[in-house]
Amino acid sequence: MAPRLKLFLPLILFVVLALFLFRGLSLDPRAMPSALIDKPFPSFTLPALQREQTLDRSLLLGKVSLVNIWATWCISCRVEHPYLNQLTEAGVHIVGVNYKDDSDAAKRWLADLGDPYSINVVDAEGSLGIDLGVYGAPETYFVDAEGVIRYRHVGVIDERVWNSKLAAIYREIGGELPQQLAEASP
Amino acid sequence: MIPEFGHFSLIIALCLAVLLATVPLWGAWRRNTGAMALAPGLAMGLLVFTAISFVCLTIAFLQDDFSVEVVANNSNSLLPPIYKFSAVWGNHEGSLLLWALTLAGWTAAVATFSRQLPLMVLSRVLAVMGFVGVGFLSFSLFTSNPFARLIPGTPSDGQDLNPLLQDPGLIIHPPILYMGYVGFSVAFAFAIAALLGGRLDAAWARWSRPWTNVAWAFLTLGIMLGSWWAYYELGWGGWWFWDPVENASFMPWLAGTALIHSLAVTEKRGLFKSWTVLLAIFAFSLSLLGTFLVRSGVLTSVHAFATDPARGLFVLVFLAIVVGGSLTLYALRAPAVNSRVGFAGLSRETLLLVNNVVFLVATLTVLFGTLFPLLMDALGQGKYSVGPPYFNAVFVPLMALLIPFMGLGPVSRWKRDSASRWKAELLVPALAALACGLTLPLLHGDYNIWVALALVLAGWLLLGLVRDVWQRLRSAPSLARGLRRTPASYWGMVLAHLGFAAAVVGVVVTSQYNIERDLKMEVGQAETLAGYRFEFTELANFRGPNYLADEARFVVTRDGREIARLAPQKRRYLASGQIMTEAAIDDGLFRDLFVAMGEPVGQGGAWAIRLHYKPMVRWMWLGAIMMAVGGFVTVVDKRYRRQRAASAAGEVAHGAQA
Repeated sequence: MAPRLKLFLPLILFVVLALFLFRGLSLDPRAMPSALIDKPFPSFTLPALQREQTLDRSLLLGKVSLVNIWATWCISCRVEHPYLNQLTEAGVHIVGVNYKDDSDAAKRWLADLGDPYSINVVDAEGSLGIDLGVYGAPETYFVDAEGVIRYRHVGVIDERVWNSKLAAIYREIGGELPQQLAEASP
Repeated sequence: MIPEFGHFSLIIALCLAVLLATVPLWGAWRRNTGAMALAPGLAMGLLVFTAISFVCLTIAFLQDDFSVEVVANNSNSLLPPIYKFSAVWGNHEGSLLLWALTLAGWTAAVATFSRQLPLMVLSRVLAVMGFVGVGFLSFSLFTSNPFARLIPGTPSDGQDLNPLLQDPGLIIHPPILYMGYVGFSVAFAFAIAALLGGRLDAAWARWSRPWTNVAWAFLTLGIMLGSWWAYYELGWGGWWFWDPVENASFMPWLAGTALIHSLAVTEKRGLFKSWTVLLAIFAFSLSLLGTFLVRSGVLTSVHAFATDPARGLFVLVFLAIVVGGSLTLYALRAPAVNSRVGFAGLSRETLLLVNNVVFLVATLTVLFGTLFPLLMDALGQGKYSVGPPYFNAVFVPLMALLIPFMGLGPVSRWKRDSASRWKAELLVPALAALACGLTLPLLHGDYNIWVALALVLAGWLLLGLVRDVWQRLRSAPSLARGLRRTPASYWGMVLAHLGFAAAVVGVVVTSQYNIERDLKMEVGQAETLAGYRFEFTELANFRGPNYLADEARFVVTRDGREIARLAPQKRRYLASGQIMTEAAIDDGLFRDLFVAMGEPVGQGGAWAIRLHYKPMVRWMWLGAIMMAVGGFVTVVDKRYRRQRAASAAGEVAHGAQA
């Protein structure tokens, strides 16, 4: 190689790097795609938390639901909890999956902090979590009226992510907000 | 009114930067002395107006002017005044202004302290810095205006500064870090000026060396402060996470370390010229890349700023112009022919080349690991995260490889050296280091091979340096004469190398002998860790200026004797409702005791408590401080002052540098 050409090497490497960086701008590193998107919610047979009842997939049929994976050991769940209460008040149907948790602690938590869930599935062994491919709590699945998973959100749901992204997805899959969402306290 | 004034100053600063980037360059091209001579004045003006702008933003923060958007989003009337002040750079817009201010400061410093430079060189250097200034000032004005108002819609109170940033360490960490990042722009500007002028010689290396050393020292301090802050503030006792943002500051440091060594060869021997220029471009490019990574949102990180694709695109375009432009210039102008001066296989040149190769490989592996998730995502290969296992696996062996050569460096001779001389000089230190390293871990009880290895390597560095210092002083007629005859840059090198040895010992010992325990504890309970008994005596409530806290009080005893009282807190900040862990640490030269509160467990007042015993963790930061001091000390070297004294105009400016 001619000596002068060799000096172009750093430039060429940089151009390749810059192209990747440019591509990176339009990617969302936080997006966690799920293999289950547009697939039916996995079937399960698990007990309910607050009553003597066995629950299965049918409870997700007929209306748009948010399936929220939570646990009392999960600090971020405590952070998102007040906002879930607000969503429920506005008429969003939220199903809880109490993930790898102690049921007594979970009941106390709901008594103390309010209960945003229409019903809670107890996934003490985490078997439903494995079928769903849960990374960690909190995680929320958007399920349409046919019981098909349409979106997965990893992490806390708060006013910001709801308004900027999740509300649109919720409406797109047919979800309704009968009541106005309460303004977040300043 | 004041914010508008600041905004206006910022616009004037941008205009001055545009003039600085063009007029002197045109002057240098047309040999127009008048145009070239404008450069220092423009540099001063740039500093003055950027500083006015910065002061205006600071006033808005101190006066709780919540009509200014960044103040409303990042401050609160309850915030203690010192944190209102540091909140100025605790956000994207303000920190960018600090970046611009730091750059203006460095530019003005070059204008002040480099009067003895040929006007042609000085005007080119300042113009390049002015060009960088144009980029950052327009980034600030066009995408992240810090003076944007919320009128109407001014909130009655602000949303508060992120509690993580409400900490003394975070007051000084960003300014110091930016001093380092931005300081590399000086070396960069000198390199570009040399390429433009077509003169890459020893003089060029001598001019840029002190600047590069100072920038490197600041960067070292900045990184050290960041690591120290993470250790006591994040509450889990870690001090380095290989997080993308940490890597963003570490890569310029690694490249900068290669650069300061390569500059030595270029100055003393006129070798490695193209290589040194490339490293100067590389170090500053990595600073810019760090800015891009932190502010564009292409990577996830614990301390990324609020991100926005428009900002990312701006920095990327700027990066492409600066780095692409300078690498094109490099490809066209750098000397392609190897100089005829040669050096033998065994010589100081070879050892410094080893240093350069190791640090370059280290930089590239960190760069690769940091960007890997992005590369795979862009190629559609799925989501990855690269964590400490990768970095440790490549980084630790590289450093272990470096140290044997590093011990040889200071005693070696330029041009040609011999193995027999090295053997005569260093056989005793080598054997002594081996003996120390192999026996010292016995003091601790359980023998650890990694600690032994670290001690052998650190001992080799230490004893080699001691031997070298002793040789130098012995050959002088008297101790005082010998001390006086030894240049400051030599002492700087000794300090920095000793600091490196200390840091190696600190990192390895604390990683290997560290004991951590997560426990459920109630008041009255006690636990013993490494011979220290931690008794949970009391659980109290504590009210701070802008937070409420649960405070767990511990008494630490050893053999019945009280060592310390520790009171970690779990704070809830009032404005944001955010929960923060405030660890309590009893520090010492040989061990830190660290207590942090986790979560309340159950109803009975029990808490999850984290107890750590961290031996010699301070050595790491002390080592970094020594390295930084070493970097600063080199600058007082007489040969840089002589160079300055040569010009009458430079007379006024003496002494204040560094």
